[in-house]
Amino acid sequence: MARQNDPFSQNIDWLTLLLYLCLVTLGWLNVYAAVYTPESHTSPFDMSTNAGKQLMWIGTTVILIICILVVNHTFFDTFAFVFYGFMILMLILVLVAGSNINGSRSWFKFGSFQIQPAEFTKVATALALAKYLDVPGINLSKQKDLLYVAGIIILPCLLIIASNETGSTLVFASFAIMLYREGLPSWMPAVGLSAVALFILALIFPKLYIFIGIGVLAVLVILLMPRYNRTVANLLAIGVVGIGMIIFVTGVDFFVNNVLQKHQRNRIKVLVDPTIDPLGVGWNVTQAKIAIGSGRLQGKGFLEGTQTKFDFVPEQSTDFIFCTIGEEHGFIGALVVISLFVALLTRLVILAEKQRTKFARVYGYCVAGIIFFHVMVNIGMTIGLMPVIGIPLPFFSYGGSSLWSFSILLFIFLKLDSRRVAFTRR
Amino acid sequence: MLENRRWVIIGIFCLVGLVYLARLFYLQVLDDTYSLGASKNSIKRVVEIPYRGQIYDRNNQLIVYNTPVYDLYVTPKQVRIPDTATFCRMMDISRPEFDSIMGLAVNYSRVKPSLFLRQLSKEDFARIQDALVDYRGFEPVISSMRTYPAHTLSNALGYVSEISKKQLDNQDIVYYRQGDYIGHNGLEEQYEEQLRGKRGVKFMMQNVHGVNKGSWKNGEFDTLAVAGQNLITGIDVEVQKYADSLMQNKVGAVLAVEPSTGEILVSVSAPTYDPNMLSSRFFSKNYRALLKNPYKPLINRPATASYRPGSTFKLIQALIAQQQGTLFPNTVYGHGGSPMRCHCRGGNNLRGAVQNSCNPYFYNVFRKFIYHNGEHNVFKSSAIGLREWHDMVEKFGIGDRLGVDLPFERKGNLPTPEYYDKAYRGALRWKFSNVYSLSIGEGELLITPMKLVNLAATIANRGWYITPHYIKGFGKVGVGVPTEYSVKHQTDIDYKYYLPVIDGMRGAVAHGTVTPLANIAGIDLCGKTGTAQNAKFGHKYDHSIFIGFAPMNDPKIAVAVFVENAGWGGKAAASVAALVAERYLKRKTEATVLDAQVKASNYMPPAQFLFDARKPTTPKKDKDTTQKPSAPKPMMTATKPKVVTVTGASGN
Repeated sequence: MARQNDPFSQNIDWLTLLLYLCLVTLGWLNVYAAVYTPESHTSPFDMSTNAGKQLMWIGTTVILIICILVVNHTFFDTFAFVFYGFMILMLILVLVAGSNINGSRSWFKFGSFQIQPAEFTKVATALALAKYLDVPGINLSKQKDLLYVAGIIILPCLLIIASNETGSTLVFASFAIMLYREGLPSWMPAVGLSAVALFILALIFPKLYIFIGIGVLAVLVILLMPRYNRTVANLLAIGVVGIGMIIFVTGVDFFVNNVLQKHQRNRIKVLVDPTIDPLGVGWNVTQAKIAIGSGRLQGKGFLEGTQTKFDFVPEQSTDFIFCTIGEEHGFIGALVVISLFVALLTRLVILAEKQRTKFARVYGYCVAGIIFFHVMVNIGMTIGLMPVIGIPLPFFSYGGSSLWSFSILLFIFLKLDSRRVAFTRR
Repeated sequence: MLENRRWVIIGIFCLVGLVYLARLFYLQVLDDTYSLGASKNSIKRVVEIPYRGQIYDRNNQLIVYNTPVYDLYVTPKQVRIPDTATFCRMMDISRPEFDSIMGLAVNYSRVKPSLFLRQLSKEDFARIQDALVDYRGFEPVISSMRTYPAHTLSNALGYVSEISKKQLDNQDIVYYRQGDYIGHNGLEEQYEEQLRGKRGVKFMMQNVHGVNKGSWKNGEFDTLAVAGQNLITGIDVEVQKYADSLMQNKVGAVLAVEPSTGEILVSVSAPTYDPNMLSSRFFSKNYRALLKNPYKPLINRPATASYRPGSTFKLIQALIAQQQGTLFPNTVYGHGGSPMRCHCRGGNNLRGAVQNSCNPYFYNVFRKFIYHNGEHNVFKSSAIGLREWHDMVEKFGIGDRLGVDLPFERKGNLPTPEYYDKAYRGALRWKFSNVYSLSIGEGELLITPMKLVNLAATIANRGWYITPHYIKGFGKVGVGVPTEYSVKHQTDIDYKYYLPVIDGMRGAVAHGTVTPLANIAGIDLCGKTGTAQNAKFGHKYDHSIFIGFAPMNDPKIAVAVFVENAGWGGKAAASVAALVAERYLKRKTEATVLDAQVKASNYMPPAQFLFDARKPTTPKKDKDTTQKPSAPKPMMTATKPKVVTVTGASGN
């Protein structure tokens, strides 16, 4: 769409653009299918339906993309911190002046037009991180630098939590992928993954069993250790780790039962036991699974879905859009969509590695991480592998804020990348 | 070195993709749990609402049961009505009504069923059943309606009606949906969870036209509905109904409990209404009318009306002063030195003072109690004394909620030293002479009838009480009764101190302040009258109060009666209490003269009189509203006030 008008078109990475166009088009068709009712025969261009509105959003996105491609590539580098500061300001402002939609005060409302600053904060944070890490001498294995990076990530998180949008906050965890690439000490992701594993175990099994398990594990480690390694210091270290795990498990228990709000707690518990709360979240997940499962191998065909028609699945055109794909296009449709996403993500990583500046590379990894996190959580929750967290499927879900922010995110990177290509050709 | 980490990252992306595809392959291809037979079928969830538990009295008499009725649901999208006028005539609704109901339904959802008409009786439904076949989109759902064969106890029971918007939004775990029934007020709300049972969910397969194609997966995922539990109460319906009849043309409350168990035998709030009024398709009309009724029949007076206890409170004063060591059975006080007037001759000992309800006597008792500490500063001494008084009175369950099994119970008021500090804007600015009216149960004291009947039961037990409660069991006696209803609360007053007080109470009925007719032979009633000041607050008559128990030895029933605006406590309230006690103990009424006298007496304040404190209105207009035929009248009361009280009030 954009390429005819774009003076830099020859330098754009065609493969990424193609993948992007495929995803956006499929997304729009599915939004149409999700809101389609056989009796009313609405056209996909009808502006009163979500599909029509989504088309309008796509149109405005094209304009945005052109703007991004036209501006000078140094623009993003230069103003990275300014964007970041501006978004932080917006997040504070929305707390004061925002409208309350579905219990979270995170939207600006201009007439019938709503916009959620949290969506755009991801882009600004990615730019700020890239800018900061671009400074020569910054090293993630240094504690001080790591602290600054953590600060850049955590500040917007706190503000978004304050506006009661927990789902969007979790997205900031996706920067871990970029940090890992940029030299985060490798024990950190290991600890993080173990924590997640323990968290899930703590939900499934009674505490006592886990405590016994931790004890047995510690004893095993000590027994299997070579005799000469059994120093007091090592034994002490194992003890400390073991006790740390026990405290963590107890903490999880306390957190789930006392800190989380009821609906959040249910969303996590449903993951472990879908029969809990069959009328609430459990119902959503069951319905999503039924919709997807009923698609079988080939699907029921475009616009032929029934589960997704009769309001069985909630949030049909936004968070649960993947159900429509699963139902109407079956396993083959799901395979195509997931393959497209994996291809896009892989392509982004390959492009990021090719970058000549650290700024562009870090930013590229941020983009890949953010998109990956959204895809993983969104599809994961519809097939019952992830808790129900209300975050959109990139390029697919209905909604202007999310389409805009993902497109901006992606095309800033493509812009930076086009500069690299121009440079090598010269 | 670090750039090799890209392979790890790409590996993670591919791994997650593969795991998800494997999961999808399992869900969509291997596992046929989610296969829906024909590809165009969908699954519909049908919710089965079980019967609500019935409510019984202590003698196994039914108080509440369910009558099957039909709710008619509409799915706007499927509606095909050839001729709306005929349809409206058949449904017995007007065209605008039809339009507004349909509008609401469309607003809610075009594809999900909404309530169209509720609680069609079996007869109504039979009439339209055949015709309904011609109208698509309407679906009858069998439901039930609360029915009250005894026509009584409405205030304590509460009612069952549609869930309110607020309750719907405030659910912790989402259980109720819009249009569901839920217990409101009274026992229906208190024991909602046990009474409602557990609803079941059935998954049905439907084709796109909404036609059922059988159950899904042979009902593997269905959950069965569990019927609600039957509630057995301690109420004695026969005596309850009798008490109702005695409270005709009166405003107030009658409560009776079994002292040894704390079970509530009688719970009358007057004026009352027929509970069946709030259990039909005319709920909102009837409810609005009851709400507007100036006598406020919806208020459950036993637990939520606060009165000053008046002279009945002297019993507590006598008990705690003895325990403190400042009063002895043979202590004698005259009328001198007291600012209070009295109707007796004076010079009583404790027993005589209770029997004759001597005001100056208890003024002196209270004075001695308050100043019984080493402090010489009267202000400080009053504060210390009142604190001690408060702590001892509190043991009788006064000053806080008792914990009776009703959702709304008033705390009442038992003043603390801090309370007066606040009232007099600073500590040490008040002393005994500012608070002495507490000695005879006036002043800032506020007590619910429930607490007074509890006091009667405490004295009957000579020192302890079990919190009054309605429940006797779920399904079987003793099952599911909260454990707090078997705890004996001690008052920490020695047994021996109760004896002279009880002697005095027997004396009060036999030859004291109680009207002679109420001393019914063979029931050995002990009691204390009270006359709560009301007249000096702009009303014509005081409130009449009586608490007591019978028989004197091994008491079987404790009673508290409030009759508003009935004047002297020894007459109206004591008569009702004596008759209720007699009926419970003898299962019949032998005191027919008293019975006739009570039933004939009318203490209804005129409606305009109820209002005049706030909103002056002309008597004529108000009389009209109470007599309007459309406004449902409280069943047990004549709404037309007698002329006597009207003339009395008009002078105001």
